[in-house]
Amino acid sequence: MTGALSRVFPIATVVAAIMVVWYGFTVYLNSPWQIEQYEKAGIEWQMGDLVRDTMAHDRPILPAPHQIVTEIWKTTVEKKITSKRSLIFHGGVTLSSTLLGFAMGTILGIGLAVSIVENRAMDKSLMPWIITSQTIPILAIAPMIIVVLNAVGLSGLLPKAMISTYLSFFPVVVGMVKGLRSPDLMLMDLMHTYKASRWQVLWKLRLPASVPFLFASMKVAIAISLVGAIVGELPTGAVAGLGARLLAGSYYGQTIQIWSALISAACMAAILVAIVGVVSHFTLKRMGLRA
Amino acid sequence: MASKTGEDMVIDAKKLCLTFDANDGPVHALKDVDLGIEKGDFVSFIGPSGCGKTTLLRVIADLEHPTLGSITVNGMTPEQARLERAYGYVFQAPALLAWRTIERNVGLPLEIMGLSAVEKAERVARTLDLVGLDGFGRKFPWQLSGGMQQRASIARALAFDADLLLMDEPFGALDEIVRDHLNEQLLELWRKTGKTICFVTHSIPEAVYLSNKIVVMSPRPGRVTDIIESDLPTDRPLDIRESKKFLDIAQRVRNGLRDGHSYE
Repeated sequence: MTGALSRVFPIATVVAAIMVVWYGFTVYLNSPWQIEQYEKAGIEWQMGDLVRDTMAHDRPILPAPHQIVTEIWKTTVEKKITSKRSLIFHGGVTLSSTLLGFAMGTILGIGLAVSIVENRAMDKSLMPWIITSQTIPILAIAPMIIVVLNAVGLSGLLPKAMISTYLSFFPVVVGMVKGLRSPDLMLMDLMHTYKASRWQVLWKLRLPASVPFLFASMKVAIAISLVGAIVGELPTGAVAGLGARLLAGSYYGQTIQIWSALISAACMAAILVAIVGVVSHFTLKRMGLRA
Repeated sequence: MASKTGEDMVIDAKKLCLTFDANDGPVHALKDVDLGIEKGDFVSFIGPSGCGKTTLLRVIADLEHPTLGSITVNGMTPEQARLERAYGYVFQAPALLAWRTIERNVGLPLEIMGLSAVEKAERVARTLDLVGLDGFGRKFPWQLSGGMQQRASIARALAFDADLLLMDEPFGALDEIVRDHLNEQLLELWRKTGKTICFVTHSIPEAVYLSNKIVVMSPRPGRVTDIIESDLPTDRPLDIRESKKFLDIAQRVRNGLRDGHSYE
């Protein structure tokens, strides 16, 4: 099997299998309510009717894949981008928060990692706190962050981005610390024989050696940044964004709306991680590291 | 051999001792080492593993610090010599930065020293030519074979024209054919440049072939058992390794190793 086909075929097979199972569960989970409807109306029903009708509920327990696709189509292509019901608008809100949070988290992570590696005091004092920060459930902290920042006058994009930052800086710090410490002793001795200053060792040896570690961390960081953005949208009363759509859907029992927002978020995460992967591949290739 | 004053010696060690404190007692890596190396010498250090030859080289390079005794390099302490960039060091592995091309790897010490781009380019081209790697400057280390990577490492050590070259088993990981070739090239380099070379090896033929002075060391504690002055002609083809004189010197080395209980 040739290149592109050999990459697509396994994924397509898995997706097809998931679809089959999904449709099966759609019928299975929606049939109790459907059968109740039949009995109330006194209709005789066949298996074929059941299968067809369970996939056409307005508020199903589990929407069928084609229902979700139709909903996504309706709210993206058939709506104006500026409309408050457009999934593209909401996706854009979440995306902007994700990207800003990811950028800030990466910069913060790199900065912390460098200071941990270069300064023994920072190493001993910071690392425990950084790890502790991640043990607090984000759903508990997110409303606090938003409320506090609103009180200081920061509202809108920045507080949500800060929740993303909070989640995404951690993998970057951990990965970069490992990466900055990765050059082996021989290379450190080499720099010593050249009378290289600490800054020269950092810039010429440690930072380039840490690039593969950075990209691995960034893949995790961008996915978790998206989670942070969605969580950040929930406490503000669900105004805009994919998280808001999720919440609104659950308020009004619109399960198809919930699922369409969910699938959109998942697709967005997959695309973002893939983009980081492509950038990683080309950068490492240019740096002569066989990746 | 007429004894010279300390200032004329490139390396002058007197009663040098280095003891490591390990969990299960002290490790005497070096004990009472007396050594004098003159300008233009090619000195081989030979012995089994654990005899302290790499440690001695590292002390000269200021990568380790002696616990007793004295050592001067070019009349200064090893630290001063390091800060003056008096030597080039070649490790057992090529130790090239994987993300830099060969050119930029060889130019690394020059970058750290802050030389101009023009001078860097000229020196890099010159040293790559010297080791036979011209045309490979733009390649990455993974594109080169082990022998070529090691040659690039040697080119890097030569780049800033230090008069002293410290080499720690540089050809140890290479096969014999490449090794012979590189031995010839190294000898040629020594003849051309007249540098002082300290070469650590555990191969007796290599030590006898390359050097004009062989320091035989033995372990537990690490010490010098014998210093052999070799009077083989400077212009040596590889065939000299079958000559009687060569074999006599090799036998002397082997005896020195046996006396130092290296074979037990």
